[in-house]
Amino acid sequence: MTVTLHDPVVNPEIVAAHGLTADEYEQICALLDRDPNLTELGVFSLMWSEHCGYKHSRARLADLPSTGPQVIQGPGENAGAIDIGEGLAIVFKMESHNHPSAVEPYQGAATGVGGILRDVFTMGARPIALLNSLRFGELDDPHVRYLFRRVVAGIGDYGNCVGIPTVGGEVAFDDAYRGNPLVNAMCVGILAQDDLTRGFASGPGNAVYVLGASTGRDGIHGASLLASAELADDTAESRPTVQVGDPFSEKLLLEATLELIGSGAAIGIQDMGAAGLTSSSSEMATRAGTGIEFDVSLVPRREPDMSPYEVLLSESQERMLVVADPHREPELMAIADKWDLACTRIGSVTDDGVWRVFEDCEEVCAIPVEALTEAVPTYVREVEPPAYLAPLHAWSPSPGWLDGVEPLAALATLISAPSLASKRWVFEQYDHHVRTATVIGPGADAAVLAIKGTQRGLALTIDGNGRYVYCDPYRGGALAVAEAARNLVAVGATPLAITDCLNFGNPEKDDIYYQFVEALRGIADACRALNTPVVSGNVSFYNQSSAGAVYPTPTIGMVGLIQDIEKRIDPGRAAVGDRLLLVGGDGAHLGASSFLKEVLGEVAGRPPTVDLEAERMNAKAILALNEAGLIGTCRDVGDGGLAVAAAELMFGLDPGLGIELEIPDRAGPHSSLFGEDGARYLVTVAEDDEFRATELLAERDVVTRACGRVTGDAAYHVVDVGSADRSVLQVSSETSISNAMRQTESNR
Amino acid sequence: MTKVPIGIVRFPGTNCDQDVFDAVATVELACPVWLWHKETDLRGVKGVVLAGGFSYGDYLRAGAIARFSPIMKEVVRFASDGGPLLGICNGFQILTEAGLLPGALMRNDRLTFICRPQSVKVETADTLFTRQYESGQVVSLPVAHAEGNFAADPDVIDRLEDERRVVFRYVDYRGDNGPDSNPNGSINDIAGVINERGNVLGLMPHPDRAMDRVLGSADGRGLFQGLVEAAA
Repeated sequence: MTVTLHDPVVNPEIVAAHGLTADEYEQICALLDRDPNLTELGVFSLMWSEHCGYKHSRARLADLPSTGPQVIQGPGENAGAIDIGEGLAIVFKMESHNHPSAVEPYQGAATGVGGILRDVFTMGARPIALLNSLRFGELDDPHVRYLFRRVVAGIGDYGNCVGIPTVGGEVAFDDAYRGNPLVNAMCVGILAQDDLTRGFASGPGNAVYVLGASTGRDGIHGASLLASAELADDTAESRPTVQVGDPFSEKLLLEATLELIGSGAAIGIQDMGAAGLTSSSSEMATRAGTGIEFDVSLVPRREPDMSPYEVLLSESQERMLVVADPHREPELMAIADKWDLACTRIGSVTDDGVWRVFEDCEEVCAIPVEALTEAVPTYVREVEPPAYLAPLHAWSPSPGWLDGVEPLAALATLISAPSLASKRWVFEQYDHHVRTATVIGPGADAAVLAIKGTQRGLALTIDGNGRYVYCDPYRGGALAVAEAARNLVAVGATPLAITDCLNFGNPEKDDIYYQFVEALRGIADACRALNTPVVSGNVSFYNQSSAGAVYPTPTIGMVGLIQDIEKRIDPGRAAVGDRLLLVGGDGAHLGASSFLKEVLGEVAGRPPTVDLEAERMNAKAILALNEAGLIGTCRDVGDGGLAVAAAELMFGLDPGLGIELEIPDRAGPHSSLFGEDGARYLVTVAEDDEFRATELLAERDVVTRACGRVTGDAAYHVVDVGSADRSVLQVSSETSISNAMRQTESNR
Repeated sequence: MTKVPIGIVRFPGTNCDQDVFDAVATVELACPVWLWHKETDLRGVKGVVLAGGFSYGDYLRAGAIARFSPIMKEVVRFASDGGPLLGICNGFQILTEAGLLPGALMRNDRLTFICRPQSVKVETADTLFTRQYESGQVVSLPVAHAEGNFAADPDVIDRLEDERRVVFRYVDYRGDNGPDSNPNGSINDIAGVINERGNVLGLMPHPDRAMDRVLGSADGRGLFQGLVEAAA
């Protein structure tokens, strides 16, 4: 039965079941000047959901810096774009697929990759790299291992098949994510700046087409119910809300879309992602200031008897909405045909600002476009620090608390803890070489890609530390940006801009909202100080299950530029006798550290203080040192402090080499070895260059200490503290995750 | 001066096509030419490469559908006329599905995709394609596949070995059979084989990804030089 426009059957129970408040319903009636029908109510519930409408976050997101000379396209489009010189632009974005991955890890993760790829190639950019940021519970839980295994397989199978290398990212494990893993995928694409295409439904009279896969019942309510509410205990029931991915179709859609954009036959194009046809059509019309109308009966279906409501809300994958001049339809059809894709005209652009839907010529929805996209109610609340923070911050260890904690044993524990251990088990399942541009692949501080046809290189990283943000949301937010910047600097790149994925619990709860607001303030301050505007991103709320909320986990995807690829800093470039310099000074801070968590099993204290000026100055100093040709290799000093940074640096060197570290306080070495103070790097310099390097750093007032040397004995020494065999350390780091994954599996 | 046209077949889902195109283009006198899977004419190319990827999404089985593509009739004819034909990764899988090479490529024994730098021994330099190498030379060529586990009947394997048609074998960096030197469980560590006539070579590792030191290895260049010389 068709629900016609003047067939309102809406009552308060139905309104509540759609996740809308009575007040919001009143606003809808006022915008329409009548009661909505059931289909329209569903459309509003979707577009006004947190996932599409950002009602709890929109007002706060406006505080993020998003402009700068390098920015070509800021937030609001399918993806952000930045200028990297030579007429080229980099298009990038990160997005979460947390709840789908909790419910069905393989398809949830795979479609996360598919969606972010489309967000990038819909702008006319050819995807050149994928990265991801993952969080799971601890690996002693069989269900966590199942989620981890299947998420990695889903990410790998999708990206590998489409042929885009997965070059980097991060994975961390903490009980806080047991009930609700985080799966954030980032895609980076490249194009000539003149070819940038935006999602505009412009020019009344132009035709609207669906390109790609047919529409089914998969993913209905993915955005509104699954993504915009807390996870229920029995996630199996939600499986129909998860979409199913087909990377082969995606590859065809990618080639067809780029060919279409190249031909100039398309005026605007947009991925039909979250909220499918509804959001893509209304967003494209909003951007162009037009209206749009289409007939759902013309949309190719893969299932019979779908209602307009189902067609509008379906999140079937690998579909694009295309706006084109109808006179160029033959070109459009020829390209679709070449790639064996369906392309169907379903409607046209109008000039009345109304989003109008028909079924078999009968009008079923007529909503002002802006009511769906711009009139979304937004909520801003005042924030108070939650009660849990005070006891955390009051943490003060008793004297002698580290007696009996042997530093080298602590190091061994740290580097084999899955969060800090080698992620080889993960990244060997991802094709990271395809497209033959990967100069530094997974496992280093940042990935480096050669930009073909130029001398330039692109550096990419994702960083975030949920424990830090939990213990101090402001510092945690700022430190995530600072850490990302340090990782890029450590390969010789100048940071340019970020995309963020803001993973939090239920924002309707005051504690969570505080975490969100404060973390955002930290991110904004750091982005301003480090000149890395936010050009795209995504908010993921309701990351909580019956076990509680996840750690607040904003993840920062950062892009940097290397002017001359020959001047990148490689992980393995050091020789016996090279000196180690600790740039940025000694560590002292153990609050909220990996040492506390992994060695002592404690989450307490505050993360290190944030000194953005030091971050900026020290980064500049490292780049100057590299420009002067004085750096062998470099490592950011982050999780696990100097001790872990030195171990990681050593693992990258030729197999026969080792490290000797000197620390100032040999009686109480823990804080200098494991302290996580910011703005620090560990670099190697040739012995003959040590004086020049130290001088250059001193001129810039950067606190530096000569902290050891590279040895030829394949061992790890801390002078007067202890030694360990390199291969023992390295094997335990490289096999930690694969050993954990060898345990018996659950099939749930 | 005449350049040597080398055809690179693009099936839907091929994704190393550009990498192979770029690799061929680096060889002096070579001229890479795109061949679309719907075409029925090889347009006079003197050598053909089937590149890696997921032709037709690897649905059914890796390489199983690609062999029914219109262009494959011409590729099979080209090979039976003695033309040099190189299959890399998914291209190797297609060649076995098409019966141009013996054996089959099964799921990796570890059951997951594997991508890593890989040491490979060139067993024989005495083929059309490997003249740039020395027999026994150990080279570094990345692998990236989920189905690279070469298998065949024992008598087929024996014949391949007896006739020295195992051209590439997985080894460790010293050239030995080490504990983790075989990435996929393939029998006798076989990484690549050639047909009886010596004009059709298939291998799982990617010479197309080993063309430049900045990417970790330039050891793949010899194979493309060999192909172009064979085609000239």
